[in-house]
Amino acid sequence: MRNAWPVFKKEMRSYFLSPIAYVVGAAFLAVCGYFFYANLIYYSLLSFRGHSNPLLADFLNLTEMVIAPFFRNVGVLTLFVVPLLTMRLFAEEKKLGTIELLLTYPVRDGEAVAGKFLACISVYLLILLLGSFYPLTVVFLGKPEGGPLFTGYLGLILLGGMAVSIGLFASSLTENQIVAAVITFTMLLLLWGLGWVNEISSSPLTRALEYISPRGHFDNLSKGVIETKGIVAFLIHIAFFLFLTMRLLEARRWRG
Amino acid sequence: MVEDIQEGGGEMIEVQDLTKHYGDVVALSGVSFSVEQGEILGFLGPNGAGKTTTMRILTGFIPPTSGRARVAGFDISEAPLEVKKRIGYMPENVPLYGDMGVERYLLFVAELKGVSRSKRRSHIGEIMERCGIREVARRPIGKLSKGYRQRVGIAQALVGDPEVLILDEPTIGLDPKQIVEIREMIKSFGGEKTVLLSTHILPEVSVTCDRVVIINQGKVLAQDTPESLAARLRGAMKLILQAEGPEEEIMEALRDIKGVREVKKSKDLGGQRAEYLIEAKEDVRREVARAVVEKGWGLFELRPDTAMLEEVFVQLVTEEEGA
Repeated sequence: MRNAWPVFKKEMRSYFLSPIAYVVGAAFLAVCGYFFYANLIYYSLLSFRGHSNPLLADFLNLTEMVIAPFFRNVGVLTLFVVPLLTMRLFAEEKKLGTIELLLTYPVRDGEAVAGKFLACISVYLLILLLGSFYPLTVVFLGKPEGGPLFTGYLGLILLGGMAVSIGLFASSLTENQIVAAVITFTMLLLLWGLGWVNEISSSPLTRALEYISPRGHFDNLSKGVIETKGIVAFLIHIAFFLFLTMRLLEARRWRG
Repeated sequence: MVEDIQEGGGEMIEVQDLTKHYGDVVALSGVSFSVEQGEILGFLGPNGAGKTTTMRILTGFIPPTSGRARVAGFDISEAPLEVKKRIGYMPENVPLYGDMGVERYLLFVAELKGVSRSKRRSHIGEIMERCGIREVARRPIGKLSKGYRQRVGIAQALVGDPEVLILDEPTIGLDPKQIVEIREMIKSFGGEKTVLLSTHILPEVSVTCDRVVIINQGKVLAQDTPESLAARLRGAMKLILQAEGPEEEIMEALRDIKGVREVKKSKDLGGQRAEYLIEAKEDVRREVARAVVEKGWGLFELRPDTAMLEEVFVQLVTEEEGA
């Protein structure tokens, strides 16, 4: 795995040399800032009313009304942001032909995949870190519970990892970046939507689909509920799609 | 015309019976050749002959359908990483990361090829000096001219001091001055490194290479030194003539034509019609046609007898003129 490091550094550099990381980061911060602000204003409005209405005051909960919705919003935003970060990873190399040089250097396929995966997840984490400014303001102003903050971020990291591995897979399918992004969006939104099936009817099949979907697992984490099976589901997704990506890189050897 | 490969010691690249199929398309069928240590071998053939496929197999980018290849004693299928460590490869059209600076890119390659951290800068410095790209060290590769880009392509192949260099069409798309410079650079590697370079330009091999392998339609047609290959072809022009008339008289008339060396009857076609094989020093088609027609004999066919190798050469020469 020694050679994952130079690949990682190269990918990081190219993220910050191109405008994409900045544009995606700025858009992310703007949108999640707006959602956060809207929730916070609504909450403070209700708080004022709570002074005159003790029944309402009992319902007021900073974590449930501001923090958990923030994580849900960022979670959905992740589905849109990550495909834009992953689309170039392999598609660009295939288009430019640089993949031929990269894979004829003494680099294992796994090292190339790992380097790219880690670089992309690092950029995503950096964007999350900048976005943590919003919930931090609440930590200073109010007293949210620490647990849900921690599990919420854990959920975002796992969801991000899953999205990056799916994006990496899609990017190795094609040499067209737009196509890679569209495939990633589609797969992520479908997986997310699978979670709704169980609300319509409940059978072993729909329960299985719900387990595959990241939505329920992510919701639990954003509410502060840690479930091992949920975390395992995320890790399985990540491992599965990284594995598929490596298989695809190898498959070029049969297709030519 | 296909020769057996010579067995010998000190072979850096050994290719045995390599075949590659892409679905139904046969890209290589039974290619065998070898390159001695320190030798510059030219891989000559028209576009689509299988040069790039062979090089991609040797560099481990794609596997062969069957056959074996060894580089520096390591089998490409069994020890691909060991092979990759010993090869410097420049693919056709030199795909490079346009957003990276020249020096930055070479440092990246050095790290991948396992050049130790303390030696990286000086190693890269020497290579940039040798390839004449020091003055563009900080420029993004995407902003370089074609000539500089090609030099960066060769430079990245030299990083890590590999024993074997594989260069796919190293002079394609360059202007004549740049072509000469790149050829000089490649020649300077001779003796020190084993070089396999591909080209579809005939004069390129005679200028640059110690030995040449001619490949067409996935098959090796010949391998020899450029000089003896040229000698084999020089002066030989074979014509096939189908004519109707008295045999003896026709043969005599043909022998009288200036430049004709030998005339043989090759096929009897019934009646007075027959096929003749004419060997001449130069193109005598005009004279042959006139002689036959003037005597009132029937002229049915007149065409050059192109053996495979010559056909390829004709194609190669024409392409050079067209370029």
